[in-house]
Amino acid sequence: MGAAVSSSPARPGGLWLAFSKNRLSWVGLALLAIIIIVAIFAPLIAPYDPLEQNIVARLEPPSAEFLLGTDSYGRDVLSRLIYGTRISLTVGFIAILIAMTIGSMIGILAGYVGGVFDQIVMGLLDVMLSFPTLLLGLMIAAMLGASLENLIIAIAITEIAPFARIARAPTISLKQRDFVEAGRALGFGPVRIMGVHILPNMISDVVVMSSLWMASAIRTEASLSFIGLGVPPPTPTWGSMIREGFENILDAWWLAVFPSLAILLTVLALNLLGDALRDAIDPKLRAE
Amino acid sequence: MIRYAIKRLLLAIPTLFVMLTAIFVLVRLVPGDAAAVILGDQASEASLRALRTTLGLDQPVYMQYLSFIGDVLTGDLGRSLSSGRSVGQEVLLVLPYTIELTLAAIVIGVALGLPLGIATAVRRNGWVDYAGRLISLVGLSFPAFVSGILLLIVFAIQLGWFPVLNSGSSGDPIERLRNLALPAFNLGIIMMAYVVRVTRSSMLGVLGEDYIRTARAKGVRPGRLVIRHALRNGLIPIITVVGLYFGTLIGNSVLTEIIFNRPGLGKLILGALNARDYTLLQGLMIIFAICVIAVNTLTDLAYGLVDPRVKYK
Amino acid sequence: MQQNQETALDIRGLRTEFKVGGRWYPAVRDLSLDVAENETLAIVGESGSGKSVTALSILRLLPQAGARIGAGEVLFEGRDLTKLSEREMSSVRGNSIAMIFQEPMTSLNPTMTVGEQIAEAITIHRGASQADAMAEALRLLKEVKIPSADSRLHDYPHQFSGGMRQRVMIAMALACRPKVLLADEPTTALDVTIQAQVLMQLDELKEAYGMSVVFITHNLGVVAQIADRVAVMYAGEVVELATVDALFANPAHPYTVALLRTMPRADRATESLEPIPGSVPPVTAMPEGCAYASRCPLKQPSCEDKRPELLPFDGPGHQVRCPVRLEQTRG
Repeated sequence: MGAAVSSSPARPGGLWLAFSKNRLSWVGLALLAIIIIVAIFAPLIAPYDPLEQNIVARLEPPSAEFLLGTDSYGRDVLSRLIYGTRISLTVGFIAILIAMTIGSMIGILAGYVGGVFDQIVMGLLDVMLSFPTLLLGLMIAAMLGASLENLIIAIAITEIAPFARIARAPTISLKQRDFVEAGRALGFGPVRIMGVHILPNMISDVVVMSSLWMASAIRTEASLSFIGLGVPPPTPTWGSMIREGFENILDAWWLAVFPSLAILLTVLALNLLGDALRDAIDPKLRAE
Repeated sequence: MIRYAIKRLLLAIPTLFVMLTAIFVLVRLVPGDAAAVILGDQASEASLRALRTTLGLDQPVYMQYLSFIGDVLTGDLGRSLSSGRSVGQEVLLVLPYTIELTLAAIVIGVALGLPLGIATAVRRNGWVDYAGRLISLVGLSFPAFVSGILLLIVFAIQLGWFPVLNSGSSGDPIERLRNLALPAFNLGIIMMAYVVRVTRSSMLGVLGEDYIRTARAKGVRPGRLVIRHALRNGLIPIITVVGLYFGTLIGNSVLTEIIFNRPGLGKLILGALNARDYTLLQGLMIIFAICVIAVNTLTDLAYGLVDPRVKYK
Repeated sequence: MQQNQETALDIRGLRTEFKVGGRWYPAVRDLSLDVAENETLAIVGESGSGKSVTALSILRLLPQAGARIGAGEVLFEGRDLTKLSEREMSSVRGNSIAMIFQEPMTSLNPTMTVGEQIAEAITIHRGASQADAMAEALRLLKEVKIPSADSRLHDYPHQFSGGMRQRVMIAMALACRPKVLLADEPTTALDVTIQAQVLMQLDELKEAYGMSVVFITHNLGVVAQIADRVAVMYAGEVVELATVDALFANPAHPYTVALLRTMPRADRATESLEPIPGSVPPVTAMPEGCAYASRCPLKQPSCEDKRPELLPFDGPGHQVRCPVRLEQTRG
């Protein structure tokens, strides 16, 4: 699967054409746009304050007043769901940004230096890659303690290895290419060659994969929050909302169901988008 | 083949060391005094000191590392801080449940995923293909606890077909199966989604190969063509990727066990987290690491069985 | 042409089309050819001339999506192969018509032993037991002169060299004693010396088995060695049809002449080798008139108006699709 990533950068025009022809990619894009808008304008959209408790209206089923019902503190589920979008997207986005930066640097360096260094680095990354993401994140989050920053760090660490792999393969093939050779002949230092010549040529591969990995990061965030290692209460997160719904599953199904659907839609949107992008940059698939 | 197997087994040793070292470092990431974190704010100075000695925290770091590695190599994974039992004992108590669950999931995932994956590749761009790909994409988008909760609500609570609460270690095989069904199905369909995707891309690649055309030119009919000629070759990448999936499977089984209230490693982890039982947590990570390495090595060996070219490399 | 012999395979007006951007374009255009019993017919042309597509069309091995036989008949043993069901077709493939492919490296299944692969056609078409089929496979391996065939029967393709793999391919094709053998560039991927060995063997086996051979190649040197008759293909159509002697002695079509000039010969200095300028027009942009006009030194203004017909040239069975040359010989 990883090998299918093209080593030669795709022309933006061709990429866009291949991407825009895929109908499912538009579904993903539209879903994601809606989710981002909801996150940004949460205070304007949410009907209630997500933290406002209402002892009179506890565990109310969905009604005209509370569209998605209320939780055991009488808080509005819809409002909490809308604010929860912010945590999921923030954690997913920042964690992937960190993982992408560190991972790409490691991958480029390993590919560029090559030899024993490359073998050792890739060996270590393989070990990381084969260790269960959730358990690694769980371990790190448990050791660091539950907070937004630690959650982001934990998830970022779990996603470094795939980015390093993606960045390494094109680096190795680009290293042999004429313009890199020419740069070396002109006396450019390795840092300049890596930064100016190699990085821009492989960035599209890395960025495309990031939407698939962001889906994975959001899944991990929700799972850790569900276990109790996420952003501490009372901040609304989808994972912790499901946790609460799970505790009340026999008498308040709506508590678990709506955040579940929210996670599912977000991850699905990112997967649809990532799939379409990946197909678009894969010249083998594009030819067909 | 034997040489290949030995080589693979030798390669597993450095991997194990890297994982053990990583776990050692991770556990020491706890900010501040680990003993204080474990015992809480009200602990007396005497009990803190006692705990530091038990954990070996009063020793220099390299000594801690050496004794950690030594203990692991001699099979001593430490003692649970909360129950006082050895980690090995704790794990053995619940391991059969986790093995039962993951095996059932693998069977469901492969038995459903492989044929569906083959069908999507053979009927490329037909409705089977679109349906299969959509099912696969939705399945891949479910965090295991989300699908688990939805299954629980629909099939156990609303329809009442399966027990909501696991009735524990019942001797009745029917009851046991009823307890296993939903969690295994939950893990299995997520795995199926993955297997469909991997099988499809692998089979699409193989079906375009020259030797498939050669086989058709020989008069081989479609059924035999797919099973005898394409699948055997397509299995090679499928095995690798399914082997790599094991890590995710373990992670998902932890979540599934929590949702369906099944005894197993997942509940053990959750218990250790809540009780701040760091030695148990560390021991569990070591066991997971060993499992992951064992499965990866087995995957490579299976690869050698399927692909005749591997034996001679 | 050996006129006293029966026709083994008769292709009439074959038109094979590919789907490009939602439209169907012909890659083989109204092609008519016949192969007599025991005859070797060579089909020669550059890549993209439609020669391989012709062979794949006969056995209907084109990819199921994106390719179709738009018109024409392929008559074999009193049946039109284009009208057969997929099931009937698979009982013809590898049985009475067999095919050998260009790439011996990728055309054999890497996870089956060569013995199993040769025996497969025998079990399918003859209903033989696995043991009998393997015994026959061993006989075939010996027949194609694989050294120590007994021990190599259970080896996998990757353990064979390119030339040996091609012999395995030939053994596979011969397994059910086909009436017609389609050989698609069987020696192109091989070294020159091994190429000569394989060609000679193919010729011997043809005699021994009494087969007709359709030999597809871009190499005229190979044609001289093996063929009785030659069809030169360009842009999906036959531009010249002649016995091998007539073709080399008196090439009619300017394309044939140009092809002959690309061929190294003992009686000419290597410097005089001339590549043909230009390239075959793509199937999506076939010109109205003669497809070769854009590259042709004899081009007349009239060449671009109307597609020329394949008409008799001097000598029996010699046909050419070039009004200019026909005019020249008459005048």
